[in-house]
Amino acid sequence: MTTQSVPAPALTRDAPALGGFNLTVLRLEVRRLLRNRRTVIFALIFPVVFFLAFGLNKAYASDRYGHGNVSAFVMISMALYGAVLATTSGGAMVSIERAAGWSRQLRLTPLSPVAYIVIKMLTAMTLGLASVVVVFAVGGLTGKPSMPMYLWIVSAASVWIGSLVFAAFGLFMGYLLPTENVMQFLGLGLALLAFAGGLFIPLSQFPHVLQDIAEYTPLYGLNQLVHAPLHGVGVQPAWVANAVAWLVIFAGGAVWRFRKDTARV
Amino acid sequence: MTVTNMADGRDSQRAGTGQPPAIALRGISKSFGSVQAVQGIDLDVAPGEIVAFLGPNGAGKTSTIDIILGLSHPHAGTVAVYGMPPRHAISRGLVSAVMQTGGLLKDLTVRETAQYTASLFVRATPVEDALARAGIADIGDRLVGKCSGGEQQRLRFAMALLPDPELLILDEPTTGLDVEGRRGFWAAIRQDAGQGRTVLFATHYLEEADAYADRIILLRHGRIVADGTSAEVKAMAAGRTVRATLPGADPAELSRLPGADSVEMRGDSVLIHSTDSDAVARYLLTSTQARDLEINTRGLEDAFIALTSDDSENPAGGSR
Repeated sequence: MTTQSVPAPALTRDAPALGGFNLTVLRLEVRRLLRNRRTVIFALIFPVVFFLAFGLNKAYASDRYGHGNVSAFVMISMALYGAVLATTSGGAMVSIERAAGWSRQLRLTPLSPVAYIVIKMLTAMTLGLASVVVVFAVGGLTGKPSMPMYLWIVSAASVWIGSLVFAAFGLFMGYLLPTENVMQFLGLGLALLAFAGGLFIPLSQFPHVLQDIAEYTPLYGLNQLVHAPLHGVGVQPAWVANAVAWLVIFAGGAVWRFRKDTARV
Repeated sequence: MTVTNMADGRDSQRAGTGQPPAIALRGISKSFGSVQAVQGIDLDVAPGEIVAFLGPNGAGKTSTIDIILGLSHPHAGTVAVYGMPPRHAISRGLVSAVMQTGGLLKDLTVRETAQYTASLFVRATPVEDALARAGIADIGDRLVGKCSGGEQQRLRFAMALLPDPELLILDEPTTGLDVEGRRGFWAAIRQDAGQGRTVLFATHYLEEADAYADRIILLRHGRIVADGTSAEVKAMAAGRTVRATLPGADPAELSRLPGADSVEMRGDSVLIHSTDSDAVARYLLTSTQARDLEINTRGLEDAFIALTSDDSENPAGGSR
């Protein structure tokens, strides 16, 4: 037998570090996400259009708000909306990949399930960052939003970091909903959550009962937190509690479904 | 002759090399609800062997392959791939597989899909080489969603080649390919196997098993019903027919020969059907005046039908 002269193959090969995580995959994942027309429209075009529609209104855009003006306030709201759509889309990609059998295919490679989740999160966060940058760049180009330079950076950073909650949400939904059209449901759901969170219309314009309910919805705490630097008011513990609670719920749900999924495959 | 003996023969052959078997299954069972998909399979595949899993739908081919790849866990028994759990062998790029369907993203191009896969392994064949060997170098920029079924199957093959695996597993790899596609696919596999790669493939195309495998394992109802070379498997089911010219032969005496189950006289010719054709031939040539001796094997298709049909409860040759 010719194979007798071959050294034992197991001795000459290694498993990859980091469970197979690498930047080539991340680059391909982002490119793939940007290739999806619906995702680009949702995450990069909608928020810009909304900002142009609501953030430049002569009736109120230049009114003072905290350390800046109302146009800056609207810009931050729309950046949050875009980032949340972006990270949810990114996370929900697992639904498509499970439907296509790609998750199973990856089980035939060294990629560990945890590394896969990390890649999905980072892909989602990259698109989220793009969304924030695009909205802030367009805002800057219009010259309407006004606030000190450091608030541009602090606000953008807090929107981006906050959108992590919705990357977890997207993953959870991606594992929960076995459909290729998951974003059609989620796009509608996020629009409702954005209303409830006060991203489109100030909550003070809602009836009291609705205001009370809205304070427990997932975008409420985040929305308050990302506007706090501009507003110049102190951070209320209830806002942090809201954001952290929803992060725990979404991440916990994602882990729960993810465990079920890897046990099954 | 029994399957177990043949497997033991391979064991002892390999024992001297100190190298673990490519695949070692011991008492593997798997059920889905009340359906017993795999019922106690023992199997050793030595490095360098080209093995075909042959059997009708529902015989347990895919279930067994899933277990070898660690995609599903057996309810009983142990699995080792190169002496380690399947997941470890996969992480080291020792084993890769071409599955029947699915497993591709429509919105990546052919080249991107291969790059993605290659990036996950510590050591990978250059992407362009793998695409070229699978015959899809010219469509690297095409989106997977725009590829034909055959092109997608070649891409799966290219992906399986990327880690340069010691063991390549193919689950009905040519289903849905046209004749030319199948021929091209097997030509590529053959070229690879020439370099010492171990190959296990499941198929329901008898001619593929016959043409490309060193060893054929027939599965039925989740059990191995035959295991041997193509010629051995044919003989197990059907035996062979020995024909010779022997004037004045005594049919009664010939029917007492080892394994002989029928003796037919046609003029000066005798036709003896036997499961031990070697013994019959030896007797005829050494103890009689027989000449013009011929030994004929029935086709693999006959063996396949004989061994896998439901009414053959105790197939010739014995299974386990």
